[in-house]
Amino acid sequence: MEKVLNLLLEGEALDTEQIGKILSMPKSDVEAAIQKMIDEKILLGWRPVFNPDFEGKSVVRAAIELKISPERDGGFDRLAERVSKFEQVESCYLMSGAYDLLLFIKARSLREVASFVYERLASIHGVTSTATHFFLRTYKQQGFMLTSENSNEDRPFVSP
Amino acid sequence: MGKSPSDFVAKHVQKIPKSGIRDFFAIASTMKDAISLGIGEPDFVTPWHIREAAIFALEKGKTSYTDNLGMKSLRYEISKYVEANFKASYNPDNEILASVGASEALDVALRAIVEPGDKIMYHAPCFVSYSPSVALCHGEAIPVYTCGKNRFELDIEDVKRAWQPGVKAFIINFPTNPTGGTATRAQLEELAKFAKEKDFLIISDEIYAELTYEGEHVSIASLDGMKDRVIFIHGFSKAFAMTGFRLGYACGPREIIDAMMKTHQYAIMCASIMSQEAGVEALKNGRKDMEFMREKYRQRRDFIVGKFNEFGMDCFLPRGTFYAFPNIERFGKSSMETAKLILNEAKVAMVPGSAFGKSGEGYLRASFATSYDNITKAMDRIASILPKLESL
Repeated sequence: MEKVLNLLLEGEALDTEQIGKILSMPKSDVEAAIQKMIDEKILLGWRPVFNPDFEGKSVVRAAIELKISPERDGGFDRLAERVSKFEQVESCYLMSGAYDLLLFIKARSLREVASFVYERLASIHGVTSTATHFFLRTYKQQGFMLTSENSNEDRPFVSP
Repeated sequence: MGKSPSDFVAKHVQKIPKSGIRDFFAIASTMKDAISLGIGEPDFVTPWHIREAAIFALEKGKTSYTDNLGMKSLRYEISKYVEANFKASYNPDNEILASVGASEALDVALRAIVEPGDKIMYHAPCFVSYSPSVALCHGEAIPVYTCGKNRFELDIEDVKRAWQPGVKAFIINFPTNPTGGTATRAQLEELAKFAKEKDFLIISDEIYAELTYEGEHVSIASLDGMKDRVIFIHGFSKAFAMTGFRLGYACGPREIIDAMMKTHQYAIMCASIMSQEAGVEALKNGRKDMEFMREKYRQRRDFIVGKFNEFGMDCFLPRGTFYAFPNIERFGKSSMETAKLILNEAKVAMVPGSAFGKSGEGYLRASFATSYDNITKAMDRIASILPKLESL
Protein backbone atom coordinates (compact mmCIF):
# COMPACT_ATOMS: atom_id res chain seq x y z
CA MET A 1 0.00 0.00 0.00
CA GLU A 2 2.81 2.40 0.89
CA LYS A 3 4.45 2.10 -2.52
CA VAL A 4 1.18 2.89 -4.25
CA LEU A 5 0.59 5.82 -1.90
CA ASN A 6 4.04 7.25 -2.61
CA LEU A 7 3.45 7.08 -6.33
CA LEU A 8 0.05 8.77 -5.98
CA LEU A 9 1.61 11.51 -3.88
CA GLU A 10 3.99 12.32 -6.69
CA GLY A 11 0.94 13.50 -8.57
CA GLU A 12 1.37 11.76 -11.88
CA ALA A 13 -1.83 10.95 -13.74
CA LEU A 14 -1.45 7.20 -13.93
CA ASP A 15 -4.15 4.58 -14.23
CA THR A 16 -3.98 1.48 -12.09
CA GLU A 17 -2.51 -0.56 -14.91
CA GLN A 18 0.35 1.92 -15.37
CA ILE A 19 0.95 2.02 -11.62
CA GLY A 20 1.10 -1.76 -11.66
CA LYS A 21 3.67 -1.73 -14.46
CA ILE A 22 5.86 0.78 -12.67
CA LEU A 23 5.72 -1.05 -9.37
CA SER A 24 5.82 -4.52 -10.96
CA MET A 25 2.61 -5.62 -9.29
CA PRO A 26 -0.66 -6.86 -10.76
CA LYS A 27 -3.38 -4.29 -11.47
CA SER A 28 -5.70 -6.02 -9.01
CA ASP A 29 -3.19 -5.51 -6.16
CA VAL A 30 -2.95 -1.81 -7.00
CA GLU A 31 -6.73 -1.54 -6.95
CA ALA A 32 -6.91 -3.38 -3.64
CA ALA A 33 -4.28 -1.06 -2.14
CA ILE A 34 -6.22 1.99 -3.29
CA GLN A 35 -9.47 0.60 -1.96
CA LYS A 36 -7.80 -0.06 1.39
CA MET A 37 -6.61 3.54 1.53
CA ILE A 38 -10.12 4.77 0.79
CA ASP A 39 -11.58 2.47 3.47
CA GLU A 40 -9.07 3.67 6.03
CA LYS A 41 -9.71 7.33 5.09
CA ILE A 42 -6.11 7.74 4.04
CA LEU A 43 -7.14 8.57 0.50
CA LEU A 44 -10.02 11.07 0.68
CA GLY A 45 -10.59 11.70 -2.99
CA TRP A 46 -9.18 12.65 -6.35
CA ARG A 47 -8.71 16.22 -7.50
CA PRO A 48 -6.59 17.58 -10.29
CA VAL A 49 -4.27 20.40 -9.28
CA PHE A 50 -4.94 23.49 -11.38
CA ASN A 51 -2.92 26.55 -12.02
CA PRO A 52 -5.07 29.15 -10.17
CA ASP A 53 -4.33 31.72 -12.89
CA PHE A 54 -6.38 29.65 -15.31
CA GLU A 55 -9.10 28.64 -12.95
CA GLY A 56 -11.49 31.22 -14.30
CA LYS A 57 -11.73 34.95 -13.88
CA SER A 58 -14.33 34.91 -11.16
CA VAL A 59 -12.41 33.05 -8.49
CA VAL A 60 -11.14 34.82 -5.42
CA ARG A 61 -9.11 33.09 -2.80
CA ALA A 62 -8.35 34.25 0.70
CA ALA A 63 -6.95 33.06 3.98
CA ILE A 64 -8.95 34.01 7.06
CA GLU A 65 -7.59 33.98 10.55
CA LEU A 66 -10.25 33.35 13.13
CA LYS A 67 -10.11 33.79 16.87
CA ILE A 68 -12.71 31.75 18.69
CA SER A 69 -13.55 30.99 22.31
CA PRO A 70 -12.97 27.39 23.28
CA GLU A 71 -15.92 25.57 24.79
CA ARG A 72 -16.00 23.47 27.91
CA ASP A 73 -16.77 20.26 26.01
CA GLY A 74 -14.68 19.70 22.95
CA GLY A 75 -12.54 22.85 22.96
CA PHE A 76 -12.44 24.21 19.44
CA ASP A 77 -13.90 21.19 17.67
CA ARG A 78 -17.57 22.12 17.45
CA LEU A 79 -16.91 25.60 16.07
CA ALA A 80 -14.19 24.37 13.74
CA GLU A 81 -16.48 21.72 12.29
CA ARG A 82 -19.31 24.19 11.95
CA VAL A 83 -17.11 26.68 10.10
CA SER A 84 -15.70 23.91 7.88
CA LYS A 85 -19.15 23.06 6.56
CA PHE A 86 -19.50 26.25 4.52
CA GLU A 87 -18.91 25.50 0.87
CA GLN A 88 -16.55 28.49 0.58
CA VAL A 89 -14.16 26.88 3.06
CA GLU A 90 -11.69 24.65 1.21
CA SER A 91 -9.52 23.86 4.21
CA CYS A 92 -9.65 24.57 7.91
CA TYR A 93 -6.84 24.14 10.42
CA LEU A 94 -6.49 24.67 14.16
CA MET A 95 -3.32 26.70 14.63
CA SER A 96 -0.94 27.52 17.42
CA GLY A 97 0.00 31.16 17.90
CA ALA A 98 -1.83 34.45 17.46
CA TYR A 99 -5.15 33.03 16.27
CA ASP A 100 -7.04 29.75 16.45
CA LEU A 101 -8.43 28.72 13.07
CA LEU A 102 -6.94 29.29 9.65
CA LEU A 103 -9.41 28.97 6.77
CA PHE A 104 -8.69 28.84 3.07
CA ILE A 105 -11.61 30.35 1.20
CA LYS A 106 -12.64 30.11 -2.41
CA ALA A 107 -15.39 32.44 -3.62
CA ARG A 108 -16.68 33.97 -6.82
CA SER A 109 -15.99 37.58 -5.95
CA LEU A 110 -14.50 39.91 -3.41
CA ARG A 111 -17.99 40.85 -2.36
CA GLU A 112 -18.83 37.20 -1.68
CA VAL A 113 -15.77 36.82 0.55
CA ALA A 114 -16.69 40.03 2.37
CA SER A 115 -20.27 39.00 2.97
CA PHE A 116 -19.17 35.52 3.99
CA VAL A 117 -16.90 37.06 6.63
CA TYR A 118 -19.30 39.58 8.13
CA GLU A 119 -22.57 37.73 7.67
CA ARG A 120 -21.54 34.16 8.28
CA LEU A 121 -18.33 33.97 10.25
CA ALA A 122 -18.35 37.07 12.41
CA SER A 123 -21.92 36.46 13.48
CA ILE A 124 -21.24 32.99 14.88
CA HIS A 125 -21.41 32.96 18.63
CA GLY A 126 -17.92 32.25 19.89
CA VAL A 127 -16.05 33.92 17.01
CA THR A 128 -14.24 36.85 18.60
CA SER A 129 -12.32 38.26 15.63
CA THR A 130 -11.46 37.71 11.98
CA ALA A 131 -8.62 38.86 9.72
CA THR A 132 -8.91 38.34 5.97
CA HIS A 133 -5.92 38.09 3.61
CA PHE A 134 -6.51 37.92 -0.13
CA PHE A 135 -4.25 35.86 -2.37
CA LEU A 136 -2.48 37.98 -4.95
CA ARG A 137 -0.39 35.51 -6.89
CA THR A 138 0.41 31.81 -6.65
CA TYR A 139 4.00 30.65 -6.91
CA LYS A 140 3.62 27.05 -5.83
CA GLN A 141 0.42 25.03 -5.74
CA GLN A 142 0.37 21.79 -3.78
CA GLY A 143 3.92 20.90 -4.65
CA PHE A 144 3.87 22.21 -8.22
CA MET A 145 5.97 25.23 -9.07
CA LEU A 146 4.14 27.69 -11.31
CA THR A 147 7.20 29.55 -12.50
CA SER A 148 9.08 27.68 -15.18
CA GLU A 149 12.05 26.02 -13.56
CA ASN A 150 14.25 25.04 -16.34
CA SER A 151 14.25 25.23 -20.07
CA ASN A 152 16.02 22.28 -21.53
CA GLU A 153 17.05 24.05 -24.69
CA ASP A 154 20.72 23.61 -24.00
CA ARG A 155 20.58 19.94 -23.04
CA PRO A 156 21.98 17.96 -25.96
CA PHE A 157 19.53 15.60 -27.64
CA VAL A 158 22.03 12.78 -27.57
CA SER A 159 25.07 12.65 -25.31
CA PRO A 160 27.68 10.09 -24.25
CA MET B 1 53.97 26.53 -50.14
CA GLY B 2 53.40 26.91 -46.42
CA LYS B 3 51.64 24.37 -44.27
CA SER B 4 47.85 24.13 -44.30
CA PRO B 5 46.13 24.56 -40.93
CA SER B 6 45.49 20.84 -40.68
CA ASP B 7 49.21 20.16 -41.00
CA PHE B 8 49.66 21.87 -37.67
CA VAL B 9 47.38 19.38 -35.93
CA ALA B 10 49.49 16.83 -34.09
CA LYS B 11 49.60 13.43 -35.78
CA HIS B 12 48.36 11.54 -32.74
CA VAL B 13 45.39 13.90 -32.48
CA GLN B 14 44.62 13.56 -36.19
CA LYS B 15 44.47 9.82 -35.73
CA ILE B 16 41.75 9.96 -33.07
CA PRO B 17 38.39 9.38 -34.73
CA LYS B 18 35.54 11.75 -33.93
CA SER B 19 33.14 10.37 -31.37
CA GLY B 20 30.53 8.16 -33.04
CA ILE B 21 27.93 9.81 -30.87
CA ARG B 22 28.58 13.15 -32.59
CA ASP B 23 27.57 11.71 -35.98
CA PHE B 24 24.38 10.33 -34.63
CA PHE B 25 23.68 13.51 -32.69
CA ALA B 26 23.95 15.51 -35.91
CA ILE B 27 21.17 13.45 -37.48
CA ALA B 28 18.99 13.13 -34.40
CA SER B 29 19.05 16.77 -33.39
CA THR B 30 17.37 17.80 -36.65
CA MET B 31 14.25 15.81 -35.72
CA LYS B 32 12.41 17.96 -33.26
CA ASP B 33 9.45 15.64 -32.67
CA ALA B 34 11.62 12.66 -31.82
CA ILE B 35 11.82 11.21 -28.32
CA SER B 36 15.36 10.88 -27.14
CA LEU B 37 16.51 7.79 -25.30
CA GLY B 38 20.01 8.91 -26.17
CA ILE B 39 20.80 11.20 -23.29
CA GLY B 40 23.66 10.18 -21.04
CA GLU B 41 22.67 12.34 -18.11
CA PRO B 42 19.92 12.42 -15.49
CA ASP B 43 16.66 14.01 -16.61
CA PHE B 44 16.20 15.38 -13.10
CA VAL B 45 17.18 18.92 -12.31
CA THR B 46 19.74 19.19 -9.52
CA PRO B 47 17.85 19.09 -6.20
CA TRP B 48 16.95 22.60 -5.08
CA HIS B 49 18.89 22.60 -1.82
CA ILE B 50 22.05 21.84 -3.78
CA ARG B 51 21.37 24.57 -6.33
CA GLU B 52 20.59 26.90 -3.45
CA ALA B 53 23.96 26.18 -1.89
CA ALA B 54 25.63 27.33 -5.13
CA ILE B 55 23.49 30.47 -5.20
CA PHE B 56 24.31 31.17 -1.57
CA ALA B 57 28.01 30.81 -2.38
CA LEU B 58 27.63 33.48 -5.07
CA GLU B 59 25.67 35.73 -2.73
CA LYS B 60 28.41 35.46 -0.15
CA GLY B 61 30.88 36.53 -2.81
CA LYS B 62 32.58 33.16 -3.11
CA THR B 63 33.98 33.80 -6.55
CA SER B 64 37.66 33.08 -6.06
CA TYR B 65 40.01 30.25 -6.89
CA THR B 66 40.30 27.55 -4.27
CA ASP B 67 43.17 25.33 -3.25
CA ASN B 68 44.27 23.38 -6.34
CA LEU B 69 43.14 20.16 -4.70
CA GLY B 70 39.73 21.67 -3.96
CA MET B 71 38.26 23.28 -0.86
CA LYS B 72 39.29 21.59 2.32
CA SER B 73 35.66 21.29 3.43
CA LEU B 74 34.81 19.49 0.20
CA ARG B 75 37.73 17.09 0.45
CA TYR B 76 36.79 16.38 4.02
CA GLU B 77 33.22 15.53 2.99
CA ILE B 78 34.48 13.42 0.08
CA SER B 79 36.73 11.52 2.45
CA LYS B 80 33.82 10.79 4.80
CA TYR B 81 31.51 9.86 1.93
CA VAL B 82 33.97 7.52 0.23
CA GLU B 83 34.79 5.83 3.50
CA ALA B 84 31.12 5.33 4.37
CA ASN B 85 29.93 4.24 0.94
CA PHE B 86 32.95 2.64 -0.71
CA LYS B 87 34.83 1.36 2.35
CA ALA B 88 38.06 3.01 1.28
CA SER B 89 39.72 5.61 3.42
CA TYR B 90 41.62 8.58 2.01
CA ASN B 91 43.34 11.47 3.73
CA PRO B 92 41.61 14.70 2.68
CA ASP B 93 44.91 16.60 2.95
CA ASN B 94 46.80 14.80 0.23
CA GLU B 95 44.96 11.81 -1.20
CA ILE B 96 41.94 13.56 -2.76
CA LEU B 97 41.75 15.88 -5.76
CA ALA B 98 38.55 17.69 -6.76
CA SER B 99 38.33 17.87 -10.55
CA VAL B 100 36.17 19.35 -13.28
CA GLY B 101 33.96 16.30 -13.67
CA ALA B 102 35.12 12.71 -13.43
CA SER B 103 36.34 13.12 -17.02
CA GLU B 104 39.06 15.53 -15.97
CA ALA B 105 40.06 13.23 -13.13
CA LEU B 106 40.51 10.41 -15.65
CA ASP B 107 42.46 12.66 -17.98
CA VAL B 108 44.89 13.90 -15.32
CA ALA B 109 45.25 10.37 -13.95
CA LEU B 110 46.34 9.13 -17.37
CA ARG B 111 48.60 12.11 -17.92
CA ALA B 112 50.21 11.45 -14.56
CA ILE B 113 51.10 7.85 -15.28
CA VAL B 114 51.31 7.23 -19.04
CA GLU B 115 54.61 7.47 -20.86
CA PRO B 116 54.82 7.12 -24.64
CA GLY B 117 54.17 3.51 -25.57
CA ASP B 118 52.75 2.49 -22.20
CA LYS B 119 49.90 0.05 -22.49
CA ILE B 120 46.62 0.78 -20.81
CA MET B 121 43.89 -1.83 -20.75
CA TYR B 122 40.18 -1.08 -20.65
CA HIS B 123 37.06 -3.13 -21.07
CA ALA B 124 34.80 -2.52 -24.04
CA PRO B 125 32.11 -1.57 -24.98
CA CYS B 126 32.81 1.41 -22.78
CA PHE B 127 32.46 5.12 -22.31
CA VAL B 128 33.67 6.97 -25.38
CA SER B 129 36.64 8.77 -23.84
CA TYR B 130 38.85 5.98 -22.49
CA SER B 131 40.71 4.94 -25.59
CA PRO B 132 41.12 8.50 -27.00
CA SER B 133 42.36 9.76 -23.63
CA VAL B 134 45.05 7.08 -23.63
CA ALA B 135 46.00 7.96 -27.20
CA LEU B 136 46.28 11.65 -26.27
CA CYS B 137 48.95 10.61 -23.75
CA HIS B 138 50.78 8.65 -26.46
CA GLY B 139 49.80 5.42 -24.76
CA GLU B 140 48.45 2.30 -26.37
CA ALA B 141 44.89 1.35 -25.39
CA ILE B 142 44.26 -2.38 -25.18
CA PRO B 143 40.65 -3.50 -25.06
CA VAL B 144 39.26 -6.50 -23.23
CA TYR B 145 35.90 -7.34 -24.70
CA THR B 146 32.89 -8.11 -22.57
CA CYS B 147 29.83 -9.70 -24.07
CA GLY B 148 26.09 -9.86 -23.73
CA LYS B 149 25.93 -13.51 -22.82
CA ASN B 150 27.97 -12.66 -19.68
CA ARG B 151 25.85 -9.58 -18.97
CA PHE B 152 28.91 -7.54 -19.96
CA GLU B 153 30.74 -8.60 -16.83
CA LEU B 154 34.50 -8.89 -16.86
CA ASP B 155 35.83 -12.42 -17.36
CA ILE B 156 39.25 -12.69 -15.73
CA GLU B 157 40.32 -15.23 -18.35
CA ASP B 158 39.70 -12.63 -21.07
CA VAL B 159 41.74 -10.15 -19.06
CA LYS B 160 44.60 -12.60 -18.81
CA ARG B 161 44.48 -13.31 -22.52
CA ALA B 162 44.46 -9.62 -23.44
CA TRP B 163 47.24 -8.69 -21.03
CA GLN B 164 50.64 -7.98 -22.54
CA PRO B 165 53.99 -7.16 -21.00
CA GLY B 166 54.19 -3.40 -20.51
CA VAL B 167 50.62 -2.94 -19.28
CA LYS B 168 50.74 -0.12 -16.78
CA ALA B 169 47.11 0.27 -15.83
CA PHE B 170 43.62 -1.04 -16.40
CA ILE B 171 40.66 1.36 -16.60
CA ILE B 172 37.50 -0.20 -15.23
CA ASN B 173 34.02 1.29 -15.11
CA PHE B 174 31.41 -0.62 -13.13
CA PRO B 175 28.49 -0.11 -13.42
CA THR B 176 29.31 0.40 -17.07
CA ASN B 177 28.14 3.04 -19.52
CA PRO B 178 26.77 1.92 -22.04
CA THR B 179 26.08 -1.71 -21.17
CA GLY B 180 24.84 -1.52 -17.57
CA GLY B 181 27.31 -4.28 -16.72
CA THR B 182 28.41 -4.59 -13.10
CA ALA B 183 31.14 -6.42 -11.22
CA THR B 184 30.82 -8.82 -8.33
CA ARG B 185 33.18 -8.85 -5.37
CA ALA B 186 34.63 -12.16 -6.55
CA GLN B 187 35.33 -10.80 -10.03
CA LEU B 188 37.03 -7.74 -8.59
CA GLU B 189 39.07 -9.90 -6.22
CA GLU B 190 40.33 -11.93 -9.18
CA LEU B 191 41.21 -8.76 -11.05
CA ALA B 192 42.94 -7.35 -7.97
CA LYS B 193 44.99 -10.51 -7.62
CA PHE B 194 46.01 -10.34 -11.26
CA ALA B 195 46.89 -6.64 -10.96
CA LYS B 196 49.21 -7.45 -8.07
CA GLU B 197 50.72 -10.39 -9.91
CA LYS B 198 51.43 -8.39 -13.07
CA ASP B 199 52.09 -5.20 -11.16
CA PHE B 200 49.71 -2.76 -12.82
CA LEU B 201 47.45 0.00 -11.53
CA ILE B 202 43.66 0.09 -11.62
CA ILE B 203 41.89 3.28 -12.58
CA SER B 204 38.36 2.72 -11.35
CA ASP B 205 35.69 5.06 -12.72
CA GLU B 206 32.73 4.48 -10.40
CA ILE B 207 30.56 7.36 -11.56
CA TYR B 208 27.41 5.17 -11.64
CA ALA B 209 28.02 3.46 -8.28
CA GLU B 210 25.02 5.02 -6.53
CA LEU B 211 22.77 3.83 -9.34
CA THR B 212 23.14 0.20 -8.33
CA TYR B 213 19.68 -1.30 -7.98
CA GLU B 214 20.25 -4.75 -6.58
CA GLY B 215 23.07 -6.13 -4.49
CA GLU B 216 26.10 -4.24 -3.26
CA HIS B 217 28.38 -2.02 -5.24
CA VAL B 218 31.93 -3.02 -4.41
CA SER B 219 34.83 -0.69 -5.04
CA ILE B 220 38.07 -2.38 -5.98
CA ALA B 221 39.78 0.28 -3.84
CA SER B 222 38.26 -1.33 -0.76
CA LEU B 223 39.82 -4.74 -1.38
CA ASP B 224 42.76 -5.89 0.73
CA GLY B 225 46.07 -4.36 -0.27
CA MET B 226 44.59 -2.47 -3.22
CA LYS B 227 44.55 1.07 -1.92
CA ASP B 228 48.04 1.83 -3.25
CA ARG B 229 47.20 0.31 -6.58
CA VAL B 230 43.92 2.05 -7.34
CA ILE B 231 43.04 5.51 -8.57
CA PHE B 232 39.41 5.85 -7.54
CA ILE B 233 37.43 8.23 -9.74
CA HIS B 234 34.00 9.51 -8.91
CA GLY B 235 31.82 12.57 -9.29
CA PHE B 236 28.53 14.27 -8.63
CA SER B 237 26.93 14.17 -12.08
CA LYS B 238 24.98 10.94 -11.96
CA ALA B 239 24.26 10.39 -8.27
CA PHE B 240 23.09 13.94 -7.59
CA ALA B 241 22.00 15.01 -11.10
CA MET B 242 24.76 17.63 -11.23
CA THR B 243 26.20 17.17 -14.71
CA GLY B 244 26.35 20.88 -15.46
CA PHE B 245 28.27 21.62 -12.27
CA ARG B 246 31.20 19.70 -13.75
CA LEU B 247 32.46 18.38 -10.46
CA GLY B 248 34.28 15.13 -9.87
CA TYR B 249 37.17 13.80 -7.82
CA ALA B 250 39.98 11.34 -7.68
CA CYS B 251 41.27 9.53 -4.62
CA GLY B 252 44.51 7.62 -4.61
CA PRO B 253 47.98 7.19 -3.21
CA ARG B 254 49.52 10.51 -2.25
CA GLU B 255 52.36 10.26 -4.81
CA ILE B 256 49.92 9.77 -7.67
CA ILE B 257 47.53 12.49 -6.51
CA ASP B 258 50.58 14.78 -6.31
CA ALA B 259 51.46 13.92 -9.89
CA MET B 260 47.87 14.42 -11.06
CA MET B 261 47.87 17.78 -9.29
CA LYS B 262 50.69 18.99 -11.54
CA THR B 263 48.58 18.74 -14.68
CA HIS B 264 45.45 19.85 -12.89
CA GLN B 265 47.02 23.00 -11.44
CA TYR B 266 48.56 24.14 -14.73
CA ALA B 267 45.66 23.22 -16.99
CA ILE B 268 42.65 23.91 -14.78
CA MET B 269 43.82 25.56 -11.56
CA CYS B 270 40.81 24.35 -9.61
CA ALA B 271 37.19 23.29 -9.96
CA SER B 272 34.69 26.14 -9.76
CA ILE B 273 34.15 27.26 -6.19
CA MET B 274 30.36 27.50 -6.62
CA SER B 275 30.27 23.91 -7.79
CA GLN B 276 32.44 22.86 -4.89
CA GLU B 277 30.08 24.55 -2.43
CA ALA B 278 27.18 22.73 -4.08
CA GLY B 279 29.17 19.50 -3.82
CA VAL B 280 29.56 19.89 -0.07
CA GLU B 281 25.79 20.29 0.27
CA ALA B 282 25.16 17.26 -1.96
CA LEU B 283 27.41 15.02 0.11
CA LYS B 284 26.00 16.27 3.41
CA ASN B 285 22.30 16.31 2.59
CA GLY B 286 21.72 14.78 -0.82
CA ARG B 287 21.12 11.16 0.08
CA LYS B 288 17.33 11.36 0.12
CA ASP B 289 17.18 12.93 -3.34
CA MET B 290 19.65 10.40 -4.66
CA GLU B 291 17.54 7.53 -3.34
CA PHE B 292 14.39 9.04 -4.82
CA MET B 293 16.00 9.32 -8.26
CA ARG B 294 17.40 5.81 -8.03
CA GLU B 295 13.95 4.41 -7.30
CA LYS B 296 12.53 6.27 -10.32
CA TYR B 297 15.28 4.88 -12.55
CA ARG B 298 14.64 1.40 -11.21
CA GLN B 299 10.94 1.59 -12.04
CA ARG B 300 11.68 2.81 -15.56
CA ARG B 301 14.37 0.17 -16.01
CA ASP B 302 12.00 -2.66 -15.17
CA PHE B 303 9.50 -1.33 -17.68
CA ILE B 304 11.84 -0.60 -20.58
CA VAL B 305 13.80 -3.86 -20.28
CA GLY B 306 10.54 -5.80 -20.18
CA LYS B 307 9.46 -4.07 -23.37
CA PHE B 308 12.70 -4.74 -25.26
CA ASN B 309 12.46 -8.42 -24.40
CA GLU B 310 8.82 -8.43 -25.53
CA PHE B 311 10.04 -7.00 -28.85
CA GLY B 312 12.54 -9.84 -29.18
CA MET B 313 15.42 -7.42 -28.60
CA ASP B 314 17.30 -9.49 -25.99
CA CYS B 315 18.13 -7.31 -23.06
CA PHE B 316 19.38 -8.35 -19.65
CA LEU B 317 18.21 -6.44 -16.60
CA PRO B 318 21.14 -4.12 -15.81
CA ARG B 319 21.99 -4.06 -12.12
CA GLY B 320 23.33 -0.52 -12.45
CA THR B 321 23.38 2.73 -14.55
CA PHE B 322 20.42 4.19 -16.40
CA TYR B 323 21.09 2.36 -19.64
CA ALA B 324 19.48 -0.65 -21.22
CA PHE B 325 21.55 -2.32 -23.94
CA PRO B 326 19.20 -4.37 -26.10
CA ASN B 327 20.54 -6.70 -28.77
CA ILE B 328 19.28 -5.98 -32.28
CA GLU B 329 21.15 -8.64 -34.25
CA ARG B 330 17.98 -10.48 -35.17
CA PHE B 331 17.01 -7.60 -37.48
CA GLY B 332 20.10 -8.39 -39.56
CA LYS B 333 21.29 -4.81 -39.70
CA SER B 334 24.17 -2.90 -38.16
CA SER B 335 23.45 -0.96 -35.00
CA MET B 336 23.88 2.34 -36.88
CA GLU B 337 21.40 1.23 -39.57
CA THR B 338 18.94 0.04 -36.94
CA ALA B 339 19.28 3.22 -34.92
CA LYS B 340 18.71 5.33 -38.04
CA LEU B 341 15.72 3.26 -39.06
CA ILE B 342 14.15 3.56 -35.61
CA LEU B 343 14.87 7.28 -35.60
CA ASN B 344 13.37 7.88 -39.04
CA GLU B 345 10.40 5.54 -38.79
CA ALA B 346 9.52 5.63 -35.10
CA LYS B 347 11.04 8.97 -34.19
CA VAL B 348 12.90 7.49 -31.25
CA ALA B 349 16.60 8.20 -30.78
CA MET B 350 18.82 5.50 -29.31
CA VAL B 351 22.58 5.47 -29.61
CA PRO B 352 24.03 2.73 -31.82
CA GLY B 353 26.23 0.41 -29.77
CA SER B 354 29.03 0.85 -32.29
CA ALA B 355 29.49 4.40 -30.98
CA PHE B 356 31.05 2.71 -27.94
CA GLY B 357 33.54 0.66 -29.89
CA LYS B 358 33.27 -2.21 -32.31
CA SER B 359 32.26 -4.60 -29.57
CA GLY B 360 29.08 -2.56 -29.12
CA GLU B 361 27.99 -3.58 -32.61
CA GLY B 362 24.73 -5.49 -32.54
CA TYR B 363 23.33 -3.39 -29.68
CA LEU B 364 21.61 -0.09 -29.05
CA ARG B 365 21.96 2.00 -25.94
CA ALA B 366 18.63 3.19 -24.55
CA SER B 367 18.87 5.65 -21.71
CA PHE B 368 15.98 5.51 -19.29
CA ALA B 369 16.96 8.83 -17.75
CA THR B 370 13.82 10.35 -19.20
CA SER B 371 10.23 10.57 -18.04
CA TYR B 372 8.08 7.49 -17.72
CA ASP B 373 5.71 9.14 -20.17
CA ASN B 374 8.46 9.50 -22.79
CA ILE B 375 9.53 5.91 -22.27
CA THR B 376 6.02 4.48 -22.69
CA LYS B 377 5.47 6.60 -25.82
CA ALA B 378 8.85 5.58 -27.23
CA MET B 379 8.09 1.90 -26.63
CA ASP B 380 4.68 2.22 -28.32
CA ARG B 381 6.34 3.83 -31.31
CA ILE B 382 8.97 1.10 -31.58
CA ALA B 383 6.27 -1.58 -31.26
CA SER B 384 4.44 -0.03 -34.19
CA ILE B 385 7.42 -0.37 -36.53
CA LEU B 386 8.56 -3.83 -35.44
CA PRO B 387 7.25 -5.50 -38.62
CA LYS B 388 9.25 -2.99 -40.65
CA LEU B 389 12.39 -3.64 -38.60
CA GLU B 390 12.00 -7.33 -39.18
CA SER B 391 11.29 -7.14 -42.91
CA LEU B 392 13.44 -4.34 -44.30
